[in-house]
Amino acid sequence: MNFFFHLGRYTLTLFSLFTRPEKAAMYWKELFRQMNLIGVGSVGIISIMTLFIGAVTSVQFAYQLQGNLIPMWYIGIIVRDSLMLELAPTLSALLLAGKVGSNISSELGTMRISEQIDAMKIMGVNTRAYLIGPKILASVLVMPLLIVFGVSFGIFGGLLVALGGTSGFTAAEYIRGLQDPIRDFDTVIMFIKSVSFAFIITSISAYQGFHTTGGVVGVGEASTRAVVYSSIVVIIADFLIAALLL
Amino acid sequence: MIEIKQLYKSFNNVEVLKGINITMNEGKCNLVIGKSGAGKTVLIKCMVGLFEPTKGQILYDERDFVKMSEKQRKQIRLEMGMLFQGNALFDSMTVEDNVRFPLDMFTSMTKKEKTDRVDEVLSRVNLVGAHKKFPSEISGGMMKRVGIARAIVQKPSYLFCDEPNSGLDPITSIVIDELIQEITQDLNITTVINTHDMNSVMGIGDKVIYIHEGAVHWEGTGNEVMTTKDKELDNFVFASKFWKHIKEEQQEENKP
Ligand SMILES: Nc1ncnc2c1ncn2[C@@H]1O[C@H](COP(=O)(O)OP(=O)(O)OP(=O)(O)O)[C@@H](O)[C@H]1O
Ligand SMILES: [Mg+2]
Repeated sequence: MNFFFHLGRYTLTLFSLFTRPEKAAMYWKELFRQMNLIGVGSVGIISIMTLFIGAVTSVQFAYQLQGNLIPMWYIGIIVRDSLMLELAPTLSALLLAGKVGSNISSELGTMRISEQIDAMKIMGVNTRAYLIGPKILASVLVMPLLIVFGVSFGIFGGLLVALGGTSGFTAAEYIRGLQDPIRDFDTVIMFIKSVSFAFIITSISAYQGFHTTGGVVGVGEASTRAVVYSSIVVIIADFLIAALLL
Repeated sequence: MIEIKQLYKSFNNVEVLKGINITMNEGKCNLVIGKSGAGKTVLIKCMVGLFEPTKGQILYDERDFVKMSEKQRKQIRLEMGMLFQGNALFDSMTVEDNVRFPLDMFTSMTKKEKTDRVDEVLSRVNLVGAHKKFPSEISGGMMKRVGIARAIVQKPSYLFCDEPNSGLDPITSIVIDELIQEITQDLNITTVINTHDMNSVMGIGDKVIYIHEGAVHWEGTGNEVMTTKDKELDNFVFASKFWKHIKEEQQEENKP
């Protein structure tokens, strides 16, 4: 009952985003502000994370490949493909659910309880379209770039391990593996995941924040729900995309 | 002019407004007073469309707001300004950007025109030199001024103030009251003010509407409140020793 209430209201909220902006310039301005906030603001954290993920993946696969018949240069392919297909999009999405998701829902939640959203509504602003639309669009536009960035940093992480020379594969072997052609379909999957995860995180978090009730405590609760729900939905979507498309 | 006819509002079958009838005129401060929980905030929120009334009419110069779709309401919304109890300033924007927001969103004024208009209203509310400050960096009284400036920047015909004096010291309260009254008269606005403050009732109450148990119990001017024979209103207004004392003194003076 409760679930269907929220699903219904969530869907209606999304539909109400498709309206003519009162002033296109204001929506553009907000879009760029959000792209800056979500995109530029997340480059640092994403690159640190993927750098280490790439490094760990290479160390662990090198360990598993030891004494095996599979040639060591495969490590380059494995690191690259697992970053593209799974690690970079999914782990970044989970990280951003925490960072961007809680940020969006607490910003909107605070605006709700301090009546800033009401103030906009009284002026005649379509508050859903103005406050939620640019956030979703910005994240959907920026996320694929962040992921490409993340994959590159992850690959670089693996290279650093190779250069360290203690994990049983050389930089030359690693690079040989990287030069193996990338399947187009892997790139497609990477983009599908990036875009869907970005949409999931921002839309769920914005929904939670926008409908905050119950004062300051409510803002905290909404932001917890934003992070938890968007993380779970990301994981489920990850599975569905893999199961349906691979 | 705003006319409210037979306005009802209930929440989960609890009736809060039970058939409100009021006429509010332009160029006047219309004060809505009443005990806590009487329904003042609910009334103002129905008037601005944050709550949907259960039934009844709210006529803005003959145009029935209740019947309209959100799209049709846009025009009337452009003629409305509201000062919130908690100010509701956009805290991600500077003072200047807060005031400019409605202009950015709804007008096709040039940058220069907007800047001039913002300067004009900010000096109208006697706020100079705070253009670049954020709401968190200014005092409560200054926030009220910014709130008023934002509410009047589009030259509204209707202004709503929910407890404009809450959280202000008595002197600042009077200054804000007088500011609202001056603006109301200068721009010929129909102003609706929710208040508990007896200073405001006596000071700027062109029309005072006493709401009791969800209906209009008494109407009159601020001065008429002073001499009311109505038991209910008398109890409410002269609850404090201070105002009781003032009333007694006035009655002394008036004795032949
Ligand atoms: N969103 C709501 N849902 C349910 N009941 C509500 C809601 N808003 C207000 N009420 C009820 O309506 C009644 C009137 O509330 P309102 O806030 O209008 O009082 P008020 O006259 O403004 O009081 P105060 O002077 O304390 O601000 C109260 O009993 C309140 O519980
Ligand atoms: Mg109230």
